[in-house]
Amino acid sequence: MKYSIFSLAKAALSGHKGWTRAWRDPAPKSHYDVIIIGGGGHGLATAYFLANEYGIRNVAVLEKGWIGSGNAGRNTTIIRSNYGLPGNTGFYEMSMKLWERMEQDLNYNAMVSQRGIINLYHSDAQRDAFARRGNTMRINGIDAELLDAVQIRKELPFLNYDSPRFPIMGGLLQRRGGTARHDAVVWGYARAADQRGVDIIQNCEVTGFVRDHNGKITGVETSRGKISAGKVGMAVAGNTSRVAAMAGMKLPIESHVLQAFVSEAIKPLIPGVITFGAGHFYISQSDKGGLVFGGDLDGYNSYAQRGNMPVIEDVCEGGMAVMPMIGRVRMLRQWGGIMDMSMDGTPIIDKTPIDGLYLNAGWCYGGFKATPASGLVFAHLLARDEPHPEAARFRLDRFRRGAMIDEKGQGAQPNLH
Amino acid sequence: MRIACPFCGERENGEFTYLGDASPKRPNFAVDSGESPEGVEDAFYDYVYLRDNVAGYMREYWYHGGGCRSWLIAERNTVTHEFRSVTAAPGVGAAKPVQAGE
Ligand SMILES: Cc1cc2nc3c(=O)[nH]c(=O)nc-3n(C[C@H](O)[C@H](O)[C@H](O)COP(=O)(O)OP(=O)(O)OC[C@H]3O[C@@H](n4cnc5c(N)ncnc54)[C@H](O)[C@@H]3O)c2cc1C
Ligand SMILES: [Zn+2]
Repeated sequence: MKYSIFSLAKAALSGHKGWTRAWRDPAPKSHYDVIIIGGGGHGLATAYFLANEYGIRNVAVLEKGWIGSGNAGRNTTIIRSNYGLPGNTGFYEMSMKLWERMEQDLNYNAMVSQRGIINLYHSDAQRDAFARRGNTMRINGIDAELLDAVQIRKELPFLNYDSPRFPIMGGLLQRRGGTARHDAVVWGYARAADQRGVDIIQNCEVTGFVRDHNGKITGVETSRGKISAGKVGMAVAGNTSRVAAMAGMKLPIESHVLQAFVSEAIKPLIPGVITFGAGHFYISQSDKGGLVFGGDLDGYNSYAQRGNMPVIEDVCEGGMAVMPMIGRVRMLRQWGGIMDMSMDGTPIIDKTPIDGLYLNAGWCYGGFKATPASGLVFAHLLARDEPHPEAARFRLDRFRRGAMIDEKGQGAQPNLH
Repeated sequence: MRIACPFCGERENGEFTYLGDASPKRPNFAVDSGESPEGVEDAFYDYVYLRDNVAGYMREYWYHGGGCRSWLIAERNTVTHEFRSVTAAPGVGAAKPVQAGE
Protein backbone atom coordinates (compact mmCIF):
# COMPACT_ATOMS: atom_id res chain seq x y z
CA MET A 1 0.00 0.00 0.00
CA LYS A 2 1.39 3.39 -0.99
CA TYR A 3 1.01 6.00 1.73
CA SER A 4 -0.37 9.37 0.63
CA ILE A 5 -2.94 11.98 1.58
CA PHE A 6 -5.47 9.90 -0.40
CA SER A 7 -4.71 6.62 1.38
CA LEU A 8 -5.02 8.49 4.66
CA ALA A 9 -8.37 10.04 3.70
CA LYS A 10 -9.64 6.69 2.45
CA ALA A 11 -8.62 4.96 5.66
CA ALA A 12 -10.21 7.72 7.72
CA LEU A 13 -13.55 7.18 5.96
CA SER A 14 -13.50 3.47 6.87
CA GLY A 15 -12.60 4.19 10.49
CA HIS A 16 -8.90 3.34 10.00
CA LYS A 17 -9.75 -0.36 9.84
CA GLY A 18 -8.23 -0.89 6.39
CA TRP A 19 -4.53 -0.52 7.21
CA THR A 20 -2.43 -3.57 6.36
CA ARG A 21 0.83 -4.55 8.05
CA ALA A 22 3.83 -2.51 6.95
CA TRP A 23 6.15 -5.50 6.51
CA ARG A 24 5.80 -9.27 6.43
CA ASP A 25 6.78 -11.67 9.21
CA PRO A 26 8.47 -14.45 7.22
CA ALA A 27 10.05 -17.65 8.53
CA PRO A 28 13.77 -17.80 7.78
CA LYS A 29 14.72 -19.46 4.48
CA SER A 30 17.62 -21.91 4.43
CA HIS A 31 19.87 -19.64 2.32
CA TYR A 32 20.34 -15.95 1.58
CA ASP A 33 22.86 -14.17 -0.63
CA VAL A 34 23.45 -11.69 2.18
CA ILE A 35 22.56 -11.90 5.86
CA ILE A 36 22.66 -8.73 7.94
CA ILE A 37 22.92 -9.30 11.69
CA GLY A 38 21.11 -6.55 13.61
CA GLY A 39 17.77 -4.91 12.88
CA GLY A 40 18.66 -1.40 13.98
CA GLY A 41 18.64 1.57 11.64
CA HIS A 42 21.94 0.60 10.05
CA GLY A 43 21.09 -3.04 9.36
CA LEU A 44 17.72 -2.18 7.85
CA ALA A 45 19.12 0.71 5.77
CA THR A 46 21.83 -1.63 4.47
CA ALA A 47 19.21 -4.17 3.38
CA TYR A 48 17.18 -1.44 1.70
CA PHE A 49 20.16 -0.13 -0.27
CA LEU A 50 21.28 -3.66 -1.21
CA ALA A 51 17.87 -4.29 -2.76
CA ASN A 52 17.23 -0.83 -4.14
CA GLU A 53 20.65 0.29 -5.44
CA TYR A 54 22.62 -2.89 -5.92
CA GLY A 55 19.92 -5.34 -7.07
CA ILE A 56 20.62 -7.88 -4.32
CA ARG A 57 17.21 -8.92 -3.05
CA ASN A 58 17.76 -12.33 -1.50
CA VAL A 59 18.63 -10.67 1.79
CA ALA A 60 17.66 -11.29 5.42
CA VAL A 61 17.97 -8.99 8.42
CA LEU A 62 18.20 -11.05 11.62
CA GLU A 63 17.22 -9.25 14.81
CA LYS A 64 17.44 -10.85 18.24
CA GLY A 65 14.61 -8.77 19.71
CA TRP A 66 12.27 -6.52 17.76
CA ILE A 67 13.59 -4.09 15.18
CA GLY A 68 14.59 -0.76 16.69
CA SER A 69 14.89 -2.20 20.21
CA GLY A 70 18.56 -1.21 20.39
CA ASN A 71 20.10 2.23 19.99
CA ALA A 72 17.94 3.06 16.99
CA GLY A 73 15.00 3.42 19.38
CA ARG A 74 16.97 4.93 22.26
CA ASN A 75 18.80 7.88 20.77
CA THR A 76 18.07 11.59 21.04
CA THR A 77 17.43 11.82 17.29
CA ILE A 78 19.86 14.58 16.36
CA ILE A 79 21.03 14.77 12.77
CA ARG A 80 23.84 17.08 11.64
CA SER A 81 26.90 17.16 9.39
CA ASN A 82 29.16 19.56 11.31
CA TYR A 83 32.32 17.45 11.36
CA GLY A 84 35.80 18.79 10.75
CA LEU A 85 38.08 15.95 9.68
CA PRO A 86 38.60 14.47 6.21
CA GLY A 87 36.65 11.23 6.05
CA ASN A 88 33.94 12.52 8.36
CA THR A 89 32.96 15.75 6.59
CA GLY A 90 32.07 14.11 3.28
CA PHE A 91 30.45 11.05 4.80
CA TYR A 92 28.13 12.91 7.17
CA GLU A 93 27.18 15.45 4.51
CA MET A 94 26.27 12.59 2.18
CA SER A 95 24.11 11.31 5.02
CA MET A 96 22.46 14.73 5.46
CA LYS A 97 21.61 14.81 1.75
CA LEU A 98 20.05 11.35 2.07
CA TRP A 99 17.99 12.57 5.06
CA GLU A 100 16.71 15.42 2.92
CA ARG A 101 15.12 13.00 0.42
CA MET A 102 14.49 10.02 2.71
CA GLU A 103 10.74 10.46 3.03
CA GLN A 104 10.26 10.57 -0.75
CA ASP A 105 12.64 7.63 -1.27
CA LEU A 106 10.94 5.48 1.35
CA ASN A 107 7.36 6.78 1.01
CA TYR A 108 7.34 7.11 4.78
CA ASN A 109 7.01 10.05 7.14
CA ALA A 110 10.23 10.00 9.15
CA MET A 111 9.47 13.48 10.54
CA VAL A 112 12.82 14.81 9.34
CA SER A 113 12.87 18.32 10.73
CA GLN A 114 15.75 20.63 9.82
CA ARG A 115 15.20 22.94 12.74
CA GLY A 116 18.89 23.80 13.15
CA ILE A 117 21.62 22.94 15.61
CA ILE A 118 23.62 25.53 17.58
CA ASN A 119 26.88 24.67 19.34
CA LEU A 120 27.43 27.43 21.90
CA TYR A 121 30.91 28.77 22.61
CA HIS A 122 32.03 30.33 25.87
CA SER A 123 35.62 31.48 25.37
CA ASP A 124 37.85 33.08 22.73
CA ALA A 125 39.67 29.81 22.15
CA GLN A 126 36.42 27.94 21.63
CA ARG A 127 35.21 30.60 19.20
CA ASP A 128 38.40 30.17 17.17
CA ALA A 129 37.98 26.41 17.11
CA PHE A 130 34.35 26.74 16.00
CA ALA A 131 35.25 29.31 13.35
CA ARG A 132 37.78 26.85 12.00
CA ARG A 133 35.26 24.03 11.99
CA GLY A 134 32.66 26.24 10.31
CA ASN A 135 35.17 27.24 7.63
CA THR A 136 36.08 23.60 7.05
CA MET A 137 32.41 22.81 6.61
CA ARG A 138 31.85 25.66 4.15
CA ILE A 139 34.89 24.74 2.09
CA ASN A 140 33.31 21.30 1.80
CA GLY A 141 29.98 22.76 0.68
CA ILE A 142 28.22 22.30 4.04
CA ASP A 143 26.19 25.12 5.56
CA ALA A 144 27.61 26.78 8.69
CA GLU A 145 27.15 30.20 10.29
CA LEU A 146 29.15 31.66 13.14
CA LEU A 147 26.83 33.75 15.32
CA ASP A 148 27.71 36.18 18.10
CA ALA A 149 25.84 36.51 21.39
CA VAL A 150 23.51 39.26 20.10
CA GLN A 151 22.38 37.07 17.20
CA ILE A 152 21.90 34.05 19.43
CA ARG A 153 19.92 36.04 21.98
CA LYS A 154 17.40 36.88 19.25
CA GLU A 155 16.76 33.20 18.54
CA LEU A 156 17.19 31.82 22.06
CA PRO A 157 16.35 34.57 24.58
CA PHE A 158 15.94 32.14 27.48
CA LEU A 159 19.57 31.05 27.81
CA ASN A 160 21.81 32.19 30.65
CA TYR A 161 23.83 34.96 29.00
CA ASP A 162 25.00 36.56 32.24
CA SER A 163 26.79 33.61 33.80
CA PRO A 164 30.19 34.92 34.92
CA ARG A 165 31.60 31.41 34.81
CA PHE A 166 30.29 30.28 31.40
CA PRO A 167 29.32 33.41 29.42
CA ILE A 168 27.63 32.63 26.10
CA MET A 169 29.77 34.43 23.53
CA GLY A 170 28.11 32.97 20.43
CA GLY A 171 27.62 29.74 18.59
CA LEU A 172 28.17 27.76 15.43
CA LEU A 173 24.86 27.19 13.67
CA GLN A 174 24.05 24.53 11.10
CA ARG A 175 20.54 25.32 9.90
CA ARG A 176 20.20 22.08 7.95
CA GLY A 177 20.81 20.06 11.12
CA GLY A 178 17.88 19.05 13.28
CA THR A 179 16.02 15.94 14.36
CA ALA A 180 14.11 12.99 12.88
CA ARG A 181 11.71 10.49 14.40
CA HIS A 182 13.97 7.53 15.26
CA ASP A 183 11.31 4.78 15.27
CA ALA A 184 9.89 6.01 11.98
CA VAL A 185 13.33 5.72 10.39
CA VAL A 186 13.49 2.07 11.47
CA TRP A 187 9.95 1.35 10.31
CA GLY A 188 10.40 3.26 7.05
CA TYR A 189 13.51 1.31 6.07
CA ALA A 190 11.91 -1.97 7.20
CA ARG A 191 8.85 -1.39 5.07
CA ALA A 192 10.82 -0.23 2.02
CA ALA A 193 13.27 -3.14 2.29
CA ASP A 194 10.43 -5.63 2.73
CA GLN A 195 8.67 -4.27 -0.36
CA ARG A 196 11.85 -4.99 -2.31
CA GLY A 197 11.99 -8.61 -1.18
CA VAL A 198 14.11 -8.45 1.99
CA ASP A 199 13.10 -10.83 4.81
CA ILE A 200 13.03 -9.13 8.20
CA ILE A 201 13.25 -11.83 10.83
CA GLN A 202 12.67 -10.75 14.41
CA ASN A 203 13.29 -12.75 17.59
CA CYS A 204 16.15 -14.45 15.81
CA GLU A 205 19.42 -14.18 17.70
CA VAL A 206 22.68 -15.05 16.00
CA THR A 207 24.52 -17.40 18.35
CA GLY A 208 27.46 -18.50 16.22
CA PHE A 209 29.01 -18.63 12.77
CA VAL A 210 29.17 -21.53 10.32
CA ARG A 211 32.57 -21.82 8.63
CA ASP A 212 33.99 -24.06 5.91
CA HIS A 213 37.35 -25.87 6.09
CA ASN A 214 39.17 -22.70 4.96
CA GLY A 215 37.64 -20.71 7.78
CA LYS A 216 35.34 -18.78 5.43
CA ILE A 217 32.01 -17.78 6.95
CA THR A 218 29.23 -19.61 5.12
CA GLY A 219 26.30 -18.95 7.41
CA VAL A 220 25.08 -18.32 10.92
CA GLU A 221 23.67 -20.34 13.80
CA THR A 222 20.58 -18.71 15.22
CA SER A 223 17.94 -19.27 17.86
CA ARG A 224 15.70 -20.21 14.91
CA GLY A 225 18.14 -22.64 13.32
CA LYS A 226 21.06 -22.62 10.94
CA ILE A 227 20.91 -20.29 7.92
CA SER A 228 23.50 -20.32 5.15
CA ALA A 229 24.68 -17.16 3.46
CA GLY A 230 26.95 -15.94 0.68
CA LYS A 231 28.07 -13.04 2.83
CA VAL A 232 27.38 -11.94 6.39
CA GLY A 233 27.35 -8.30 7.50
CA MET A 234 27.43 -7.26 11.16
CA ALA A 235 25.48 -4.14 12.20
CA VAL A 236 24.98 -4.86 15.89
CA ALA A 237 26.23 -1.57 17.42
CA GLY A 238 26.82 -2.07 21.17
CA ASN A 239 27.03 -5.84 20.80
CA THR A 240 29.77 -5.78 18.17
CA SER A 241 32.51 -7.30 20.34
CA ARG A 242 30.21 -10.11 21.49
CA VAL A 243 29.28 -11.10 17.96
CA ALA A 244 32.88 -10.69 16.73
CA ALA A 245 34.04 -12.97 19.55
CA MET A 246 31.86 -15.73 18.07
CA ALA A 247 34.17 -15.54 15.05
CA GLY A 248 37.28 -15.32 17.25
CA MET A 249 37.87 -11.67 16.40
CA LYS A 250 39.09 -8.97 18.81
CA LEU A 251 38.30 -5.37 17.81
CA PRO A 252 39.35 -1.81 18.73
CA ILE A 253 35.99 -1.26 20.41
CA GLU A 254 34.60 -0.93 23.95
CA SER A 255 30.92 -0.95 24.91
CA HIS A 256 29.76 1.96 27.07
CA VAL A 257 26.42 3.18 28.34
CA LEU A 258 24.94 6.55 27.33
CA GLN A 259 21.86 7.89 29.06
CA ALA A 260 19.07 10.10 27.72
CA PHE A 261 16.29 12.05 29.45
CA VAL A 262 12.85 13.39 28.58
CA SER A 263 10.81 15.95 30.52
CA GLU A 264 7.06 16.29 30.77
CA ALA A 265 5.54 17.88 27.66
CA ILE A 266 5.39 21.66 27.53
CA LYS A 267 4.34 24.19 24.90
CA PRO A 268 6.83 24.92 22.10
CA LEU A 269 9.93 26.46 23.65
CA ILE A 270 13.14 25.33 21.99
CA PRO A 271 13.25 25.87 18.24
CA GLY A 272 16.18 23.60 17.38
CA VAL A 273 19.01 21.70 19.02
CA ILE A 274 21.25 23.51 21.51
CA THR A 275 24.56 22.21 22.83
CA PHE A 276 26.34 23.71 25.83
CA GLY A 277 30.04 24.15 25.09
CA ALA A 278 31.34 24.50 28.64
CA GLY A 279 30.07 21.17 29.91
CA HIS A 280 28.50 18.27 28.14
CA PHE A 281 24.80 18.99 27.76
CA TYR A 282 22.53 19.11 24.74
CA ILE A 283 18.80 19.62 24.37
CA SER A 284 15.97 19.76 21.87
CA GLN A 285 12.20 19.58 22.06
CA SER A 286 10.24 16.74 20.52
CA ASP A 287 7.07 17.30 18.52
CA LYS A 288 5.12 15.89 21.48
CA GLY A 289 6.52 18.72 23.62
CA GLY A 290 8.97 16.85 25.84
CA LEU A 291 12.43 18.30 26.30
CA VAL A 292 14.91 15.66 25.13
CA PHE A 293 18.39 16.00 26.60
CA GLY A 294 21.60 14.22 27.46
CA GLY A 295 25.31 14.54 28.06
CA ASP A 296 28.33 12.36 28.70
CA LEU A 297 28.79 8.62 28.71
CA ASP A 298 28.78 7.07 32.17
CA GLY A 299 32.39 6.17 31.45
CA TYR A 300 32.72 2.49 32.39
CA ASN A 301 32.30 -0.58 30.18
CA SER A 302 28.70 -1.73 30.23
CA TYR A 303 26.20 -3.93 28.44
CA ALA A 304 23.44 -3.10 30.93
CA GLN A 305 21.38 -0.48 29.00
CA ARG A 306 21.07 1.57 32.18
CA GLY A 307 23.35 4.07 33.88
CA ASN A 308 24.05 5.58 37.27
CA MET A 309 23.35 8.72 39.27
CA PRO A 310 26.58 10.77 38.86
CA VAL A 311 25.94 11.34 35.16
CA ILE A 312 22.30 12.24 35.81
CA GLU A 313 23.51 14.87 38.26
CA ASP A 314 26.14 16.12 35.82
CA VAL A 315 23.66 16.40 32.95
CA CYS A 316 21.16 18.29 35.13
CA GLU A 317 23.90 20.65 36.34
CA GLY A 318 24.84 21.36 32.74
CA GLY A 319 21.20 22.10 31.94
CA MET A 320 20.85 24.45 34.91
CA ALA A 321 24.05 26.28 33.96
CA VAL A 322 23.05 27.09 30.40
CA MET A 323 19.26 27.27 30.74
CA PRO A 324 18.22 27.83 34.39
CA MET A 325 14.49 27.75 33.65
CA ILE A 326 14.81 24.03 32.93
CA GLY A 327 14.72 23.58 36.72
CA ARG A 328 10.97 24.24 36.54
CA VAL A 329 10.11 21.18 34.44
CA ARG A 330 9.92 17.65 35.76
CA MET A 331 11.89 14.79 34.32
CA LEU A 332 9.57 12.11 33.01
CA ARG A 333 11.72 9.28 31.69
CA GLN A 334 15.34 8.27 31.51
CA TRP A 335 17.08 5.29 29.90
CA GLY A 336 20.40 4.04 28.56
CA GLY A 337 21.78 2.48 25.42
CA ILE A 338 25.00 0.61 24.69
CA MET A 339 27.45 2.43 22.47
CA ASP A 340 30.07 0.73 20.34
CA MET A 341 32.88 3.17 21.20
CA SER A 342 35.80 2.86 18.82
CA MET A 343 39.35 3.76 19.79
CA ASP A 344 39.33 7.01 17.79
CA GLY A 345 35.63 7.88 18.03
CA THR A 346 35.04 7.14 14.33
CA PRO A 347 33.15 4.27 12.68
CA ILE A 348 34.64 1.20 11.06
CA ILE A 349 33.08 -0.05 7.81
CA ASP A 350 35.22 -2.72 6.24
CA LYS A 351 35.76 -6.34 5.31
CA THR A 352 37.16 -8.28 8.24
CA PRO A 353 40.24 -10.51 8.01
CA ILE A 354 37.75 -13.40 7.97
CA ASP A 355 36.45 -14.32 4.52
CA GLY A 356 32.73 -13.70 4.13
CA LEU A 357 32.37 -11.48 7.22
CA TYR A 358 31.84 -7.71 6.93
CA LEU A 359 31.84 -5.14 9.69
CA ASN A 360 29.80 -1.99 10.33
CA ALA A 361 30.54 -0.68 13.84
CA GLY A 362 32.17 1.92 16.03
CA TRP A 363 29.28 4.41 15.83
CA CYS A 364 29.83 5.74 19.33
CA TYR A 365 27.03 8.07 20.39
CA GLY A 366 26.59 9.58 16.91
CA GLY A 367 25.36 6.85 14.60
CA PHE A 368 21.73 7.89 14.22
CA LYS A 369 22.57 10.77 11.91
CA ALA A 370 24.69 8.34 9.90
CA THR A 371 21.89 5.81 9.36
CA PRO A 372 21.18 6.42 5.64
CA ALA A 373 24.82 6.88 4.60
CA SER A 374 25.93 3.91 6.68
CA GLY A 375 23.34 1.74 4.94
CA LEU A 376 24.44 2.96 1.51
CA VAL A 377 28.19 2.47 1.99
CA PHE A 378 27.80 -0.87 3.77
CA ALA A 379 25.57 -2.13 0.96
CA HIS A 380 28.21 -0.94 -1.51
CA LEU A 381 30.92 -2.84 0.36
CA LEU A 382 28.82 -6.02 0.54
CA ALA A 383 27.81 -5.82 -3.12
CA ARG A 384 31.12 -4.77 -4.68
CA ASP A 385 33.70 -6.04 -2.19
CA GLU A 386 35.35 -2.64 -2.16
CA PRO A 387 34.74 0.41 0.02
CA HIS A 388 32.42 3.17 -1.11
CA PRO A 389 34.55 6.28 -1.87
CA GLU A 390 32.95 8.21 1.01
CA ALA A 391 33.87 5.43 3.47
CA ALA A 392 37.35 4.71 2.16
CA ARG A 393 38.96 6.04 5.34
CA PHE A 394 36.81 4.03 7.75
CA ARG A 395 39.06 0.98 7.45
CA LEU A 396 39.68 -1.50 10.22
CA ASP A 397 43.46 -1.40 9.76
CA ARG A 398 43.71 2.38 10.26
CA PHE A 399 44.76 1.91 13.90
CA ARG A 400 47.59 -0.38 12.87
CA ARG A 401 48.63 2.14 10.19
CA GLY A 402 48.38 5.17 12.48
CA ALA A 403 45.65 6.70 10.29
CA MET A 404 43.13 7.38 13.04
CA ILE A 405 40.28 9.88 12.55
CA ASP A 406 40.13 11.36 16.04
CA GLU A 407 37.66 14.24 15.85
CA LYS A 408 37.99 15.01 19.55
CA GLY A 409 41.73 14.43 19.84
CA GLN A 410 41.46 12.10 22.84
CA GLY A 411 43.61 9.17 21.75
CA ALA A 412 42.84 5.53 22.41
CA GLN A 413 40.59 6.07 25.44
CA PRO A 414 37.07 5.25 24.20
CA ASN A 415 35.21 6.55 27.26
CA LEU A 416 36.52 10.07 26.55
CA HIS A 417 35.42 10.36 22.92
CA MET B 1 26.66 1.50 41.61
CA ARG B 2 28.62 1.78 44.87
CA ILE B 3 32.26 0.82 45.06
CA ALA B 4 33.78 -0.67 48.21
CA CYS B 5 37.21 0.98 48.34
CA PRO B 6 39.49 -1.23 50.46
CA PHE B 7 40.80 1.92 52.18
CA CYS B 8 37.72 4.16 52.45
CA GLY B 9 34.79 1.76 52.52
CA GLU B 10 31.71 1.83 50.29
CA ARG B 11 31.37 5.06 48.30
CA GLU B 12 29.17 6.23 45.41
CA ASN B 13 30.79 5.73 42.04
CA GLY B 14 30.93 9.46 41.26
CA GLU B 15 34.01 9.62 43.51
CA PHE B 16 35.87 7.31 41.17
CA THR B 17 37.40 7.70 37.72
CA TYR B 18 37.49 4.79 35.31
CA LEU B 19 40.51 3.82 33.30
CA GLY B 20 39.39 0.52 31.80
CA ASP B 21 40.36 -3.09 31.29
CA ALA B 22 43.22 -4.10 33.61
CA SER B 23 44.31 -7.08 31.54
CA PRO B 24 46.32 -5.53 28.66
CA LYS B 25 49.98 -5.52 29.68
CA ARG B 26 52.45 -3.08 28.19
CA PRO B 27 54.84 -5.06 25.99
CA ASN B 28 58.33 -5.07 27.39
CA PHE B 29 61.03 -6.00 24.92
CA ALA B 30 64.71 -6.00 25.77
CA VAL B 31 66.81 -4.26 23.08
CA ASP B 32 68.39 -7.56 22.08
CA SER B 33 65.28 -9.69 22.52
CA GLY B 34 65.59 -10.74 18.89
CA GLU B 35 61.95 -9.79 18.26
CA SER B 36 61.25 -8.54 14.72
CA PRO B 37 60.10 -4.90 14.39
CA GLU B 38 56.76 -6.19 13.08
CA GLY B 39 56.41 -8.41 16.12
CA VAL B 40 57.00 -5.42 18.41
CA GLU B 41 54.49 -3.32 16.46
CA ASP B 42 51.91 -6.07 16.60
CA ALA B 43 52.33 -6.37 20.34
CA PHE B 44 51.90 -2.61 20.83
CA TYR B 45 48.93 -2.48 18.44
CA ASP B 46 47.26 -5.19 20.48
CA TYR B 47 48.06 -3.45 23.78
CA VAL B 48 46.93 0.04 22.74
CA TYR B 49 43.91 -0.69 20.55
CA LEU B 50 42.42 -4.17 20.90
CA ARG B 51 40.04 -5.03 23.73
CA ASP B 52 38.20 -8.18 24.78
CA ASN B 53 35.29 -5.97 25.81
CA VAL B 54 33.76 -8.87 27.72
CA ALA B 55 30.10 -9.21 28.62
CA GLY B 56 30.43 -10.57 32.14
CA TYR B 57 33.06 -10.22 34.83
CA MET B 58 35.96 -7.96 33.92
CA ARG B 59 39.05 -6.82 35.85
CA GLU B 60 39.34 -3.08 35.57
CA TYR B 61 41.17 -0.05 36.92
CA TRP B 62 39.35 2.58 38.98
CA TYR B 63 40.95 5.63 40.59
CA HIS B 64 39.52 6.89 43.88
CA GLY B 65 40.07 10.60 43.17
CA GLY B 66 37.32 11.68 45.56
CA GLY B 67 38.82 9.71 48.44
CA CYS B 68 42.16 8.09 49.15
CA ARG B 69 43.47 8.71 45.60
CA SER B 70 44.49 5.09 45.19
CA TRP B 71 44.40 3.05 42.04
CA LEU B 72 42.14 0.06 42.52
CA ILE B 73 41.39 -3.11 40.61
CA ALA B 74 37.76 -4.14 40.62
CA GLU B 75 36.12 -7.25 39.30
CA ARG B 76 32.76 -6.07 38.01
CA ASN B 77 30.09 -7.63 35.87
CA THR B 78 29.54 -5.46 32.79
CA VAL B 79 26.07 -6.93 32.26
CA THR B 80 24.68 -6.43 35.80
CA HIS B 81 27.11 -3.82 37.27
CA GLU B 82 27.69 -6.13 40.28
CA PHE B 83 31.10 -5.98 41.94
CA ARG B 84 32.78 -9.21 43.01
CA SER B 85 35.92 -7.70 44.51
CA VAL B 86 37.80 -4.42 44.85
CA THR B 87 41.47 -4.50 45.78
CA ALA B 88 44.42 -2.11 45.72
CA ALA B 89 46.29 -2.16 42.42
CA PRO B 90 49.79 -3.60 42.75
CA GLY B 91 52.26 -0.92 43.76
CA VAL B 92 49.63 1.47 45.02
CA GLY B 93 51.15 4.13 47.31
CA ALA B 94 52.66 3.01 50.58
CA ALA B 95 49.40 1.42 51.58
CA LYS B 96 49.30 -2.26 52.27
CA PRO B 97 46.53 -3.93 50.30
CA VAL B 98 43.61 -4.77 52.54
CA GLN B 99 40.77 -7.02 51.47
CA ALA B 100 37.41 -5.29 51.12
CA GLY B 101 35.35 -5.67 54.28
CA GLU B 102 38.26 -6.18 56.65
C1 LIG C 1 21.02 7.70 24.68
C2 LIG C 1 21.53 7.75 23.27
C3 LIG C 1 21.49 8.94 22.56
C4 LIG C 1 21.97 9.02 21.25
N1 LIG C 1 21.83 10.18 20.58
C5 LIG C 1 22.20 10.25 19.28
C6 LIG C 1 21.96 11.44 18.54
O1 LIG C 1 21.35 12.40 19.04
N2 LIG C 1 22.38 11.51 17.26
C7 LIG C 1 23.03 10.46 16.67
O2 LIG C 1 23.42 10.59 15.53
N3 LIG C 1 23.24 9.30 17.33
C8 LIG C 1 22.83 9.16 18.62
N4 LIG C 1 23.03 7.99 19.31
C9 LIG C 1 23.74 6.87 18.66
C10 LIG C 1 22.88 6.02 17.75
O3 LIG C 1 21.66 5.71 18.38
C11 LIG C 1 23.62 4.74 17.37
O4 LIG C 1 24.94 5.03 16.94
C12 LIG C 1 22.94 3.97 16.23
O5 LIG C 1 21.56 3.80 16.50
C13 LIG C 1 23.60 2.61 16.04
O6 LIG C 1 23.16 1.93 14.89
P1 LIG C 1 21.86 0.98 14.84
O7 LIG C 1 20.66 1.84 14.76
O8 LIG C 1 22.02 0.02 13.74
O9 LIG C 1 22.00 0.24 16.26
P2 LIG C 1 20.94 -0.64 17.10
O10 LIG C 1 19.57 -0.09 16.99
O11 LIG C 1 21.52 -0.84 18.45
O12 LIG C 1 20.97 -1.99 16.26
C14 LIG C 1 21.74 -3.12 16.55
C15 LIG C 1 20.79 -4.29 16.65
O13 LIG C 1 21.53 -5.50 16.68
C16 LIG C 1 20.78 -6.43 17.45
N5 LIG C 1 21.67 -7.52 17.84
C17 LIG C 1 22.71 -7.48 18.70
N6 LIG C 1 23.28 -8.71 18.82
C18 LIG C 1 22.57 -9.54 18.01
C19 LIG C 1 22.66 -10.93 17.71
N7 LIG C 1 23.61 -11.72 18.26
N8 LIG C 1 21.77 -11.46 16.83
C20 LIG C 1 20.82 -10.68 16.27
N9 LIG C 1 20.67 -9.37 16.51
C21 LIG C 1 21.54 -8.79 17.38
C22 LIG C 1 20.30 -5.58 18.61
O14 LIG C 1 19.19 -6.18 19.26
C23 LIG C 1 19.95 -4.27 17.93
O15 LIG C 1 18.58 -4.17 17.59
C24 LIG C 1 22.54 7.87 20.63
C25 LIG C 1 22.56 6.67 21.33
C26 LIG C 1 22.04 6.59 22.63
C27 LIG C 1 22.05 5.27 23.36
ZN1 LIG D 1 39.58 5.07 48.65
